[in-house]
Amino acid sequence: MPILLTEDTKAIIQGMGKEGKFHAERMLECGTKLVGCVTPGKGGGSIMGLDTFDTVEDAVSATGANASIIFVPAPFAVDAAIEAIDSRLSLVVLITEGIPALDMVKVKEKLKRNKTRLVGPNCPGVITPGIGKLGIMPVDIYTPGRCGVISRSGTLTYEVAAQLTKAGIGQSTCVGIGGDPIIGTTHEDAMKLFNHDQETDMVVLIGEIGGTDEENTARYIKDALKKPVVAFIAGSTAPKGKRMGHAGAIIAGGKGTAAEKKTALREAGVHVCDSPADIGITAREVMESLH
Amino acid sequence: MAAYVVICLKVHEYQAKEIFRKYGIPVPGGRVVTKSEDAKNAAKEIGGKVVVKAQIHAGGRGKGGGIKLAMDPDAAESVARDILGMRLVTHQTAQEGTIVKHVLVEKASDIEREIYIGMVIDRERSQIAVIASPEGGMEIETLAVNSPEKVRRTWIDPTVGLMPYQARQICFWLGLRDQAFKDGVSCLLSLYRLFTSEDATLAEINPLAITKDGQLLAIDAKINLDGDAAFRHREMADYRDLNEEDPLEAEAKDNNLSYIKLSGSVGCMVNGAGLAMATMDLIKHCGGEPANFLDVGGTASSEAVEKAFNILTSDKDVKCVLINIFGGIVRCDRVAKGVVDAVGKLELKGLPIVVRLEGTNASEGVDILNRSGLNFHTAAGFHEAAQKAVELSKGGA
Repeated sequence: MPILLTEDTKAIIQGMGKEGKFHAERMLECGTKLVGCVTPGKGGGSIMGLDTFDTVEDAVSATGANASIIFVPAPFAVDAAIEAIDSRLSLVVLITEGIPALDMVKVKEKLKRNKTRLVGPNCPGVITPGIGKLGIMPVDIYTPGRCGVISRSGTLTYEVAAQLTKAGIGQSTCVGIGGDPIIGTTHEDAMKLFNHDQETDMVVLIGEIGGTDEENTARYIKDALKKPVVAFIAGSTAPKGKRMGHAGAIIAGGKGTAAEKKTALREAGVHVCDSPADIGITAREVMESLH
Repeated sequence: MAAYVVICLKVHEYQAKEIFRKYGIPVPGGRVVTKSEDAKNAAKEIGGKVVVKAQIHAGGRGKGGGIKLAMDPDAAESVARDILGMRLVTHQTAQEGTIVKHVLVEKASDIEREIYIGMVIDRERSQIAVIASPEGGMEIETLAVNSPEKVRRTWIDPTVGLMPYQARQICFWLGLRDQAFKDGVSCLLSLYRLFTSEDATLAEINPLAITKDGQLLAIDAKINLDGDAAFRHREMADYRDLNEEDPLEAEAKDNNLSYIKLSGSVGCMVNGAGLAMATMDLIKHCGGEPANFLDVGGTASSEAVEKAFNILTSDKDVKCVLINIFGGIVRCDRVAKGVVDAVGKLELKGLPIVVRLEGTNASEGVDILNRSGLNFHTAAGFHEAAQKAVELSKGGA
């Protein structure tokens, strides 16, 4: 079984606006099991062949859905996420960007008390090549395989997936954890999932400046990870105190520099690439050394 | 995904103190003025000794000469004349400093003791942390490193908020007594209410003074607000101060672009923040220096590309432009068309442009660039593109 998104994942969409519809089509095209969508007030109808429901609870009892992908705009996204958590879905992918930090503080607290795994916000989502995707990433750059990918960013993840595919390294699952300061699933959380995944032999970790998630993950890698890791940390050239696009990508109070993260990862035995163009090749070398 | 505008919402001290008043946190009487004559009048109204404080979005103002004591209204006028219009340089400003446009004239207090109280969103714990120290007036980060025993952190469960017992615990630890203890507890509870109601990401009182007559008083006030919460706070837009922003960065922000000026010579235009940072890193890795961070957004529309070009090329240090686009949902042929349109309209006077397109319809995109009759250098690989741009930025071919 790969992680998060498997053969058993049956998902609904929360937020069938223009963006939701656009991506619903692409998720269906690559074989994702979408079983319905939730648009309050429009229950009982159908959009693009998907049954519509007023509430997540209705959708779950009618379809047996166990996952959701959320495209609801930022002012309403937290309500949607908490509705999904309260409906006991096992996976919630929150695509929405621009969610206020204090709203995410509430969601995070809710997650601590429930078994739901939330990925995001402000993320490209999750893809298990060959099985499906709950996300907005282009499918054709991915190929099934045994390398896991965890990343905070969007297009940089696509760059890395394309490099891996070109280098002949297929992916088990790719998790875009999101660029915000407060996220549902951290690098460390995703790394733990990959550690226990029978179908993942190695992991590529794409971090960036800000916070201490990469350092925490390095500690976990050193203590418990049984698989090799290749990493790149974006933002070596970023100035202090400036938010580099992502709300979470900021070197503040002297913490969160790329240099610190690289050192921590190297000390944990991770193959750290200084050039973002070398990730695919490095991953191939590591994979080849395993067999 | 919609273009993501990063709104940095720092609030001036005088504005933060207005917000404090609204929540019942005691601050000294004062007035903000823009002319030195008005400083004199303000000092007269306030009476007695006053402090004249430069209003810029940076700490360390005192050391830089931006905070001065005045014994009477005439002195206040003269001090205000010195401060207004000065380029105040502190460890937190840009090298060239920030021009002071406002000063806060405030009643000077007789201080017995100074403490520190702050609140911040702790991203590691995903909760609000209250930070307190019996040593006010110092930089808290330095204090936390040098004397960690003097800094106390308390985390707040968001479902119940800051509890009075926690506020009491902090105030006992700070060694507050009698009236100051009661006021300290209520100050903490008010600050928490402010933090959550106003969508702050940081709120700091440094120092919080206990005056000779036992009053608690916020001598300084710092608030950062969460720009992502602007949809529920109409007043947030009013806090923006263009005087504090780099003009190019401000122009970018107004056009939904995320741009940060740096000091190098390779201008970059990239879709996505992570890839933009990685592109800067690769330029450096290839021996060059990036001139900027620029994220044209996930969609990289032709308008966005054109605007981005305008901003990039108005930086005179830019000797070469590197465009790195990873097409996903957005198709590279569309982006290429946008680039051709934008470059066609601009007079770039031989500025070399390296374009690397990858992903959806990349080869169609490259065809469009090659057939445009404009002088683009196309590169297939990420490394190759960066290397070419670095060579061109140094005058090579």
